[in-house]
Amino acid sequence: MSRIEFKDVRHAYPQPAGQPVQYALKEVNQVWENGGAYALLGPSGCGKTTLLNVISGLLTPSEGEIQFNHRDVTRLPTTERHIAQVFQFPVVYDTMTVFDNLAFPLRNRRMPEARVRERVDEIAEMLDLSDRLHQRASGLTADGKQKISLGRGLVREDVNAILFDEPLTVIDPHLKWQLRSKLKELHQKIGVTMIYVTHDQIEALTFADRVVVMHDGSVVQVGTPVELFNRPRHTFVGYFIGSPGMNVLPCGLENGKPVFANNLLSSGYPADADLSGKLEIGIRPEFVSFCDDGIPVAIEKVEDLGRYQVVTVSHENEQIKMLIGEDEAIPSESPMIRFDPDNLHLYHNDWIVETADA
Amino acid sequence: MRKSSNNKAWWLVVPVLILVAFNAFIPLMTVVNYSLQETFGNNVFFWEGVTWFEQVLRSERFHDALLRQLLFTGMILAIEVPLGISVALSMPRKGPWVSVCLVLMALPLLIPWNVVGAMWNIFALPDIGLLGYSLNSMGFDYNFTQQPVSAWMTTVVMDVWHWTSLIVLLCYAGLCSIPDAYYQAARIDGASAWAVFRYIQLPKMKRVLTIAILLRFMDSFMIYTEPFVLTGGGPGNTTTFLSIDLVKIALGQFDLGPAAAMSLIYFLVVLLICWAFYTIMMRNEEQ
Amino acid sequence: MNKKWILPTFYILFLMLPIYGLLSMSFKTTNEILGGFSFFPQQFTLDNYVKIFTDPTWYNGYINSLIYVVINTVISVAVALPAAYAFSRYRFLGDKHLFFWLLTNRMAPPAVFALPFFQLYSAIELFDTHIAVALAHCLFNIPLAVWILEGFMSGIPKELDETAYLDGYSFWRFFVRIFIPTIAAGIGVAAFFCFMYSWVELLLAKTLTSVNAKPIAATMTRTASTSGYELGLLAAAGSLTIVPGAIVIYFVRNYIAKGFALGRV
Repeated sequence: MSRIEFKDVRHAYPQPAGQPVQYALKEVNQVWENGGAYALLGPSGCGKTTLLNVISGLLTPSEGEIQFNHRDVTRLPTTERHIAQVFQFPVVYDTMTVFDNLAFPLRNRRMPEARVRERVDEIAEMLDLSDRLHQRASGLTADGKQKISLGRGLVREDVNAILFDEPLTVIDPHLKWQLRSKLKELHQKIGVTMIYVTHDQIEALTFADRVVVMHDGSVVQVGTPVELFNRPRHTFVGYFIGSPGMNVLPCGLENGKPVFANNLLSSGYPADADLSGKLEIGIRPEFVSFCDDGIPVAIEKVEDLGRYQVVTVSHENEQIKMLIGEDEAIPSESPMIRFDPDNLHLYHNDWIVETADA
Repeated sequence: MRKSSNNKAWWLVVPVLILVAFNAFIPLMTVVNYSLQETFGNNVFFWEGVTWFEQVLRSERFHDALLRQLLFTGMILAIEVPLGISVALSMPRKGPWVSVCLVLMALPLLIPWNVVGAMWNIFALPDIGLLGYSLNSMGFDYNFTQQPVSAWMTTVVMDVWHWTSLIVLLCYAGLCSIPDAYYQAARIDGASAWAVFRYIQLPKMKRVLTIAILLRFMDSFMIYTEPFVLTGGGPGNTTTFLSIDLVKIALGQFDLGPAAAMSLIYFLVVLLICWAFYTIMMRNEEQ
Repeated sequence: MNKKWILPTFYILFLMLPIYGLLSMSFKTTNEILGGFSFFPQQFTLDNYVKIFTDPTWYNGYINSLIYVVINTVISVAVALPAAYAFSRYRFLGDKHLFFWLLTNRMAPPAVFALPFFQLYSAIELFDTHIAVALAHCLFNIPLAVWILEGFMSGIPKELDETAYLDGYSFWRFFVRIFIPTIAAGIGVAAFFCFMYSWVELLLAKTLTSVNAKPIAATMTRTASTSGYELGLLAAAGSLTIVPGAIVIYFVRNYIAKGFALGRV
């Protein structure tokens, strides 16, 4: 087990000559603490899988250094890194039995057969595969196969980390939930570092202690689910996390202070902050409410989602989404809204402007 | 695929049925007819029953030809299959060289069979052919028209030249269908190159390899034109394989009865292999 | 470093050597050939090719071969298409036995059939015509085409058919307008293989022709025996038989591997 650290890691895939280099990973500096449960969250094509493959050594980054416990492993081949990885689609060795599949990584490392048997039985027990150990792996269902892929990672005692690359994509919804809680349980039991790649925020937020949000080849924020929700450091995190995502509204400057719809935003930010360029405010729909005296809006659409309603309102050309309780009344005449000042953030060129007291 | 039951589908098969039956049934009946009779010309026939079959099955000549045939087929399979697999494994998976490799490798398969024979004949001529001249000038005593061993070797190498590409292409097609994730998982699991071959590549190639081996088995069992043009079955009878012997008896000596009986025995052998082939294929498909 | 390229390179070199031997000999004069071995032609000449392109007994051989090969390819693919569709989509009485029986014909040794074929086609007075050879080659090409096409068709989901029928297409309109364009690649591959096997087969083609439809391959063997040792001419004729194959293979290069696997990868 170990602490994994990325130092200025960048990676570009080979490209046709003559085209400008496009980085799939743009300068990642990141520490993965020993024993943490991380989720790597981001839309398709943001570099999540690349980052994972760089950790496991399937890819060697074009620039930068990777350290395991302060030891440089950038050029170390996959086998010597002691990393387990589970892929999006289950990989099982068709001709082998479930037992042989689970034993495969151990036998490749020349573990004594008695010990292999012990480990495999233990892992099979954990994954509820014990009764199927001597079946051919090719006959199993998708979730059974994915459990085998998972088991091949867990069975090894020497792993530094287990990486999951969207492992539940091909699994039926009700089994998804089961396998996810199984993973969580396993993490608590064996305490090995786990990094879980997904584009599904629910999956990420339920699995991980810390969520790493990636956008366009960079890590934009690392934090607990609550931090990501309350203080998105980048407008993208605001959009991507939460349903519906954060409202991001352009705002103007008046006497050096940001202003939206004549509403002076008084929240404290450093007086010397440079505010030239793109300036926006971000407010989650949860923190927008109707009031008697505020910003005048027109109501566009109301969606009833059962326990709450999503109301889309507009002010001039800006659409604002708000989340209100199912019983709450929607004013029919000249509705006005207000933003909760404690949860209002100011973004300068997409990055949050740190408040003075933070 | 789930198929629906529909006997009207027969109508779609009728044209195929007519054309193939025309080519298969009538000649087959002719052969059966000959195999049971004796003729002295002028279309006068005498009933002979199974005499010809007994004669063929007991004849030393048939045994020798069959033995040579089996030895030949065994040898070419022993060379072509491992060679074909190795070449397929080391071929590039993507990039501009793939097409170049595929086209060049498939080229021997598209050359008329007698041209293959003629080409190798020219290639192997001891005094003026590229191969024959080189071997002799390197100090090997090589003359495929005189020495049985040289003739055998040349025939086998010619078949390897001609047909190994078939195995390469089939295996390559099988290898290309393996997703990258398998190779990545194998690296994660610390598998050796041998383990990757044994547990990932070989199982995926199993199906196409079955097709390849059985196609090669049957085609080499029917081989006629290439060795006929190369060596004419000689020197002596040393490279006279079943088909060559058959044509010698039927057209050379005009012994239609024994030739027909031999044809049928020969055909039955091929049919048996074919049946095994079909059964294995279908079982594979059901899995 | 990666040394994987070595084996394919040597293998291709091995494949090319005899072809080079043939080509190099085709550019030599008879005297030079008989005078001894040389790696490159010393007296480069095109005479052998000129002779082939000007002497009708030679170039007619190519034309004859091409004619029956094309006829055979068209017939084989045309009748194999509906049959392959039937095998890939429906269960019907005796389907498995029929499929197996078709395959046995692909595996029938041509030597077994040579003589009866001669008698059959003589009896129906088609001896020495292009159509005779084209029909005879159907024996192994139709089963092959059915097999390849069935493999490709099985890869097309049945929902395509069902959607079309729901949209009001009749069977034949669906088959011609939608299905055939969908499996165009498979048809190309099947046609390629019919072309190839018809082009390379000689035994039946030789047996069924004498003068009017004599294939190039037969012209070559007969010339070899009658006009003595005109190796240069023979080499030039042989080199030219490689050309059609090389051309068609270029067009299907991306599907060759799948085609050799009979559409079953």
